[in-house]
Amino acid sequence: MGELVLNLPALAYPALAPMLLLFAAACAGVLVEAFVPRGARNAVQLVLSLLALIAALIMVVLRAGKVTAENAQTAAAAVSIDQAGLFLQGAIIVLGIVSMLLIGERTLETGGPFVAQAAITVGSELDRKQAAKESGATEVYPLALFAIAGMTLFVTANDLLVMFVALEVFSLPLYLLCALARRKRLLSQEAALKYFLLGAYASAFFLFGLALVYGFAGAVDFRAIHASVNNSPNNVLLLIVGLAMLSIGLLFKAAAAPFHVWTPDVYQGAPTAVTAFMAACTKVAAFGALARVLYVGFDGLGWEFTPVLGVIAVLTMLVGAILAVTQTDLKRLLAYSSIANAGYLLVGLLGGGKEGLSSMLFYLVAYGFLVIAAFGMLTLVRDADGEATHLSRWAGLGKRSPLFAGVFSFLLLAFAGIPLTSGFVAKFAVFGAGIAGGQTWLVLFGVLSSIILAFPYIRVVVLMWLNEPGETTPSVSIPGALTSTALMIGVLVTLVLGVWPSPLLDLTTNVSNFIR
Amino acid sequence: MKYLSLLTLVPLVGALTVAFVPRAKPELAKRLALIWSIVVLAVGVAAWVAYKPNGPRLQLQESYTWIPAWGAKFSFAVDGIALVMIALIVLLVPLVILASWHDAEKSKRSVPAYFALLLALEGTMIGTFTSADVLLFYLFFEVMLVPMYFIIGSFGTDVPAKQRQYAAVKFFLYSLVGGLLMLAAVIGMWVYGGHTFDWQTLTDVEFTTTVQRWLFLGFFVAFAIKAPFFPFHTWLPDAGGAAPAGAAALLVGVMDKVGTFGILRYCLPLFPEASRWFAPWAIGLSLIGIIYAALVAIGQKDLKRLVSYTSIAHFGFIGVGIFAFTYQAGSGAVLYMVNHGLATGLLFLVVGMFVARRGSTLVTDFGGAGKLLPLLAGVFFIAGMASLALPGLAPFVSEFLVLIGTFTVNKPVAVIATVGIILAAAYVLWMIQRTTQGNTNPVLHDLAPMKRDLSLREGIVVAPLIVLLIVLGFYPKPVLDVINPAVQATLTDVVTPERADPAPATSTVEAGK
Repeated sequence: MGELVLNLPALAYPALAPMLLLFAAACAGVLVEAFVPRGARNAVQLVLSLLALIAALIMVVLRAGKVTAENAQTAAAAVSIDQAGLFLQGAIIVLGIVSMLLIGERTLETGGPFVAQAAITVGSELDRKQAAKESGATEVYPLALFAIAGMTLFVTANDLLVMFVALEVFSLPLYLLCALARRKRLLSQEAALKYFLLGAYASAFFLFGLALVYGFAGAVDFRAIHASVNNSPNNVLLLIVGLAMLSIGLLFKAAAAPFHVWTPDVYQGAPTAVTAFMAACTKVAAFGALARVLYVGFDGLGWEFTPVLGVIAVLTMLVGAILAVTQTDLKRLLAYSSIANAGYLLVGLLGGGKEGLSSMLFYLVAYGFLVIAAFGMLTLVRDADGEATHLSRWAGLGKRSPLFAGVFSFLLLAFAGIPLTSGFVAKFAVFGAGIAGGQTWLVLFGVLSSIILAFPYIRVVVLMWLNEPGETTPSVSIPGALTSTALMIGVLVTLVLGVWPSPLLDLTTNVSNFIR
Repeated sequence: MKYLSLLTLVPLVGALTVAFVPRAKPELAKRLALIWSIVVLAVGVAAWVAYKPNGPRLQLQESYTWIPAWGAKFSFAVDGIALVMIALIVLLVPLVILASWHDAEKSKRSVPAYFALLLALEGTMIGTFTSADVLLFYLFFEVMLVPMYFIIGSFGTDVPAKQRQYAAVKFFLYSLVGGLLMLAAVIGMWVYGGHTFDWQTLTDVEFTTTVQRWLFLGFFVAFAIKAPFFPFHTWLPDAGGAAPAGAAALLVGVMDKVGTFGILRYCLPLFPEASRWFAPWAIGLSLIGIIYAALVAIGQKDLKRLVSYTSIAHFGFIGVGIFAFTYQAGSGAVLYMVNHGLATGLLFLVVGMFVARRGSTLVTDFGGAGKLLPLLAGVFFIAGMASLALPGLAPFVSEFLVLIGTFTVNKPVAVIATVGIILAAAYVLWMIQRTTQGNTNPVLHDLAPMKRDLSLREGIVVAPLIVLLIVLGFYPKPVLDVINPAVQATLTDVVTPERADPAPATSTVEAGK
């Protein structure tokens, strides 16, 4: 009788340490919920999360100094923590820290932006009571940590199964986070449900694609898939359909048209801090993973997927820009702008090569900070019903609060890609990569979309500065220390990357290669 | 001396200091702004002295690292064309600040902000002329919009709020559309030109015909919107009509020249073949602009819009001069850019003085104002005569050079353009007649401000411009000496051999001067 021998794959703990730490901290956060008294929970959770994130970031940076092509892959090559992967992890963690500051804000309204108990029926007596005084749920911290940990695994997954697991790990907490808004709870719950249902569809597509690819390649790791593209005797249609379905799953997360329809509703309904988190970190994760799938696993199919993704990029840029023009709510406007930005990112991605990848990485970081700052600003404009995000309410805000309006105008100009902001440098990088990669037509559509998109941004600037304030113009709250810090970081990075982008450009150029 | 970086930075630093003056101290802000602008003027004069007219093409060079990964640098350098435009800016801005002394008070907005915006505008405009790096140029080209946008939108108190908002947004969007098209061309040029933004290096790059034509188009449309050429001109009358008079003088007098300057600096030397290929189209648009804008100007009821339309006609002349591809026409076009800045600047400022007294921009609200304000009406008359290029005033020399330079190579174009001169006489004389001549509009008698003629402050504003218009009308040599070598260097790549030898014509012009 032979003995069953299980060969456990070797794990390189130094490489995995940041992820393990984040998962551990998230689990510890759950325990904090159980054992720490209510009054102290928020502070404990916030400190725990920030410390864990900072420690993870330090580990990522230390690891980046030691990583080589040989020691990048671990766990039987199921994860590939290479230079690009570490950069993406670092970006997610840094953006996660800044979003965590927004999530931790408790001074803008009593109890913070989150509901105390999401399960209570909306509009009931209990609900009114909790809305009035109870402090918000602190489960948001472990949930956000789980999401961040999942994302860091997602962008380093070197194997479709691991990638799927990571996708679920970071998606499920996001669905929950969306449902936790303190005000406008029905909108928030609707957003969560929509996100969940559509996300489940997308996951199913991803899984189905995975199965088809497995049918073709007989393996799920990218090295084997890459090798099989030219060697496998199986019908290549399996592979192409498989890749198409995988891409649908990923493009859904990236909010690319025509898989974008959830974005405005979810961005609007979710608590604004969570929206900022999703807009910044989920984008990094989705594009990081998409780049790895396309560059590492399926680069042999470049001729097949580039035109299709090109059409998707054009559609994304145009749909995002045109629909942004018609929006009357700032959160929806930024949501559509984020869709258009997904299109610009695709242009860089399809530019291909080192340049394409590095431009995309730069864009992700620049856009992440910008969008966090922009959503952070939205949390400050409030009236008795919470945040006032309807466009008409912002009329004349420049007279009431010139500093606020000045900063927000700067951010809008950055979105529009005016020089001296990170938005310009980022756009230049992706469009340059697009032309260099022979995708000039995409760049032309990119420019067209930027022209259209400039209009809604300018309209907000006009509204704030050139209109007279009305009776109902809301007031701008003084942000607490956490929000102030987050805003300051976001605005400063947007400015610095616009004036002095060299260090980050060099870094993205150096790290932009995946280890297969 | 680092003249050019100083010229670019000093106004921006000045803008910052003025912006931080408390709202309650408007006088301090005005004086501070005036002092800053005079400092800039001094640096500009020093740069002019340091420039050697017969030296190398690009002078006063400076270069600092910026984005090595892209080959972008903070590099500054000027040729003669850029230098005269900078001189125009540094001269106009102090006068505009002085002329706008009380303009900002009419709006309910912060006075320091207005003067800070003016200085910021000056810095960014100078930046477009001092850049020797295409990306840096693009940066200033775009950022320049922001202060002008706020000046028009916030301080254009001559028109109702709705109208100035419309004008500001239209101005911004038109310019941004052009800017983004140019961005696409800049990126394309960077990719095909060997990943550098250095202008000098790029002039040596040979682009293929197709690439050249597309890149030319990207740049040209941006510049044609900025200049503006027909049919991209519709934003200018709105913006010029809504902006406060001082800012309008800068908008039309200088900012629009960035368009024609851009054609000379970027389109012709970088894409010579494409320039020749597109030249007939550009000349066609310019001719339509000359005739069309002049006709529309005749029908205008609003003084500021009228002056804006005359400028579109003048830009047509500049366009013809550039795309005729002869040295005289080229020199004429550049000289026209300077003279038009002086003449239209003066015209806008004087119109602003009239409007400030009358409280209205409509031609019909005046009538016989000359009897009440003889001095101001006299200045207005001189500005008008300069605008219609009366011999003896500076614009005549440039218009004559453009026409004669064009005539040697393309007679029909020169003849059609000459019609524009006749129309110019019509709109200028009509405007002067309907506002200052004839029976005095009885309403004017009841307005106290209409009895105060040219004040000392206003006299100081108009005197230098009038002097320059007359001096340059008789003796344009100092300016032409700076312009000519630069124009020859600019046009060498586009002038065809048989056109490059207009020896008899040159002597005629020399005699004419």
